[in-house]
Amino acid sequence: MDSSKLLGITTFIYLFSSVIYLAMFIFRFRKIGILGTTLAIIGLLVNTAGIGMRWLESYQMGIGHAPLSNMYESLVFFAWSIVLIYIIVEFIYKNRVIGAFAMPFAFGSMAYASLSPEFSDRITPLVPALQSNWLIAHVFTCFIGYAAFAVACGTGIMYLVKLRDKGDNPNSLLATLPSLKVIDDLTHKIILFGFIWLSGGIISGAVWANSAWGTYWSWDPKETWSLITWFVYASALHARFTRGWGGKRIAWIAIVGFMAVIFTYYGVNFLLSGLHSYGAS
Amino acid sequence: MKKKGNIFWDFFASVKLALFCFFTLAIASIVGTIIPQNEAPAVYIQKYGAQTAEIFRLLNIPDMYNSWWFVSLLALFSINLIVCSFDRLPTVWKMVTMDNLAVKTGRIEKLTPRNSYASSRPVAEVAAGVKEVMAAAGWKPDQREIKEGTLLFAQKTPWVRFGVYIVHLSILVIFGGAIIGALFGSKGSIMLREKGVSPYIFERGTGERLPLGFDLRVDDFSMTYYDNGSPKEYRSDLTVLQNGKEMLQKSIVVNDPLKYNGFTFYQSSYQAYEEYWVTIQNQTTGEKQTFMARPGAEIKWSQAGITFGIINLLPPDQWGRYRLKIWFSDNKGEPSVFWLGGETEVSVERIDGAYGFKSEQVYATGLQVAKDPGVWPVYIGCTMMLLGLIVAFFLSHKRVWVYIKEEEGETRLLVAGSANKNKVAFENIFDTLAEKLEENETLALNRV
Ligand code: HEM
Repeated sequence: MDSSKLLGITTFIYLFSSVIYLAMFIFRFRKIGILGTTLAIIGLLVNTAGIGMRWLESYQMGIGHAPLSNMYESLVFFAWSIVLIYIIVEFIYKNRVIGAFAMPFAFGSMAYASLSPEFSDRITPLVPALQSNWLIAHVFTCFIGYAAFAVACGTGIMYLVKLRDKGDNPNSLLATLPSLKVIDDLTHKIILFGFIWLSGGIISGAVWANSAWGTYWSWDPKETWSLITWFVYASALHARFTRGWGGKRIAWIAIVGFMAVIFTYYGVNFLLSGLHSYGAS
Repeated sequence: MKKKGNIFWDFFASVKLALFCFFTLAIASIVGTIIPQNEAPAVYIQKYGAQTAEIFRLLNIPDMYNSWWFVSLLALFSINLIVCSFDRLPTVWKMVTMDNLAVKTGRIEKLTPRNSYASSRPVAEVAAGVKEVMAAAGWKPDQREIKEGTLLFAQKTPWVRFGVYIVHLSILVIFGGAIIGALFGSKGSIMLREKGVSPYIFERGTGERLPLGFDLRVDDFSMTYYDNGSPKEYRSDLTVLQNGKEMLQKSIVVNDPLKYNGFTFYQSSYQAYEEYWVTIQNQTTGEKQTFMARPGAEIKWSQAGITFGIINLLPPDQWGRYRLKIWFSDNKGEPSVFWLGGETEVSVERIDGAYGFKSEQVYATGLQVAKDPGVWPVYIGCTMMLLGLIVAFFLSHKRVWVYIKEEEGETRLLVAGSANKNKVAFENIFDTLAEKLEENETLALNRV
């Protein structure tokens, strides 16, 4: 079994898991929820095996490096982190409905990695600029943070959906969602978690830049966008201390913040020019 | 320091201003990612037209992150942070250092979580027993006799309340490091040919010569390739010389620079020349000499009576492999003509013995040079930030009071606690402690 097969299977498992979570939420089939969770866990294991296998394969090719070195590999790791964070949230909150708002992100990331013609899944050697242990620290921290923000975006959307619940029908679709207070608290906690990792990601990137070319900060578009993203989430942390910034605004910040994440991650590479286009030497 | 009511103070201390700063900094930063930075004026005129380019110039857009208005925004942000911290620190200080045994019992009775118990044992005995149980569970209580009875208090990690202030301070420390770097640091670069020595570098921006205070020599530059032709390694062998004396020698590659006397030299680029180092060794005498040979030029090694030259050249392919056609004469017999590649030595038989030939392409290496005494403050600030964030998000100040008094002939016990964060997690901790007290037989507690 090679890594691309394993990762292909992962994509399908995440698809099934997402469909089941969504079906559970929309058709209120509470019973099938356990299947969604089981699939998510199996998917995570296969995903882990796929990443490990890819790592091994790179060593067999004589160009061994951690599989975090290009767009394809980072999308795979992004999906892995989303599922890991989601499963932890599910276990802590004992609520499966959240899966309907989180697993589709993981599936989307895997599907995009495998189907998009612009990313190759070939294992390529590391160009000199990427030969650093800071690469691993940097990509790892950034993507755990991004994944947390993806889940926070999911719970932010959930909050906005829940807002339409008038509370008059206890059997309605929306009544199955956790209460506004719980969702709000969850979003906030996940943002805190993501914020630490994003901070770590920016810092490890700065340290790496300093060891590679002697400048820890050069306002290159990718750096700047990560800082913009960081400001967006910093405002979410502080908004709680100002009157009038209730749950709805935090939910919106979670969504806008994730759009900034996507732009930092994806948009900058394709729309703006800078140091960070993966693979440039 | 508190100056509540002063509108300036309140303005600069407000979290609303912080939100304003976050928002404007984020929006302003976008501009510089869309409009290319630090290009020549002509580039802007060509791209955006003369009029727009002039507006850009007036607003410092071409170097916006160093413009007066962007720096002012950062300064406003810093003032906000400082004032806000001074505004709140006294309260936090009080929370951390307060005498928790002096609180009014009425307040303890309103805390959640709280449990009430009754016991048949006397107050003093219960107090001693509770203390023991708490100490075993990691809570070291203080005791005070008050009017109404006995009060025990224990707390964990009160200092975590300073966590956010460490985060806020860390931002100022990072800014401080950046300012130190801007004032006392310098950035530059130099392109040096192999065997070249330089006592200076060229400063970034101005292009002026910046003396190093020592000499830097490039002994060799080499590149290697992967099988697919992409570059694997750029390597420069550098030597630091002080008054002609070799002080330090190091091979640098990307991500592994050389440091000397506050300066750091980073491998950043290279330039290849159509010239070749050709090393000739007389294999009988062992005599050896290296020459820089340009295709078409004749080179003489007079002492050895040798003349040679590159008469043809197959230029480097994507793996850097080239071939040189060498014409060689030692004035004894017919001249030799042969092909010479990189790396491998070619041995040429002559009447008097053999000569070994080796060649290598001539390169210049491009080095980025930085002197930044502000890096350490920045790193310290970054570490503070991460530690502060972990403290602020994951740890909480936990407090537990036990209020014991005699009422209607029995001993009444109130166990209550509070945490400034993560209340759910604290309730679990509290319940564990309560269970331990309930299980203790000598205390003989009954829930009421
Ligand atoms: C980029 C800059 C900043 C970062 C990274 C930052 C970070 C933080 C963090 C992590 C918290 C804790 C939030 C929580 O526990 O939920 C916090 C709280 C706070 N921040 Fe900031 N902050 C920044 C700038 C500012 C500024 C400019 C102000 C100015 C008013 C400010 C005022 C506050 C206040 C008042 C609190 C609440 C403290 C408390 O718990 O009593 N922050 N900040």
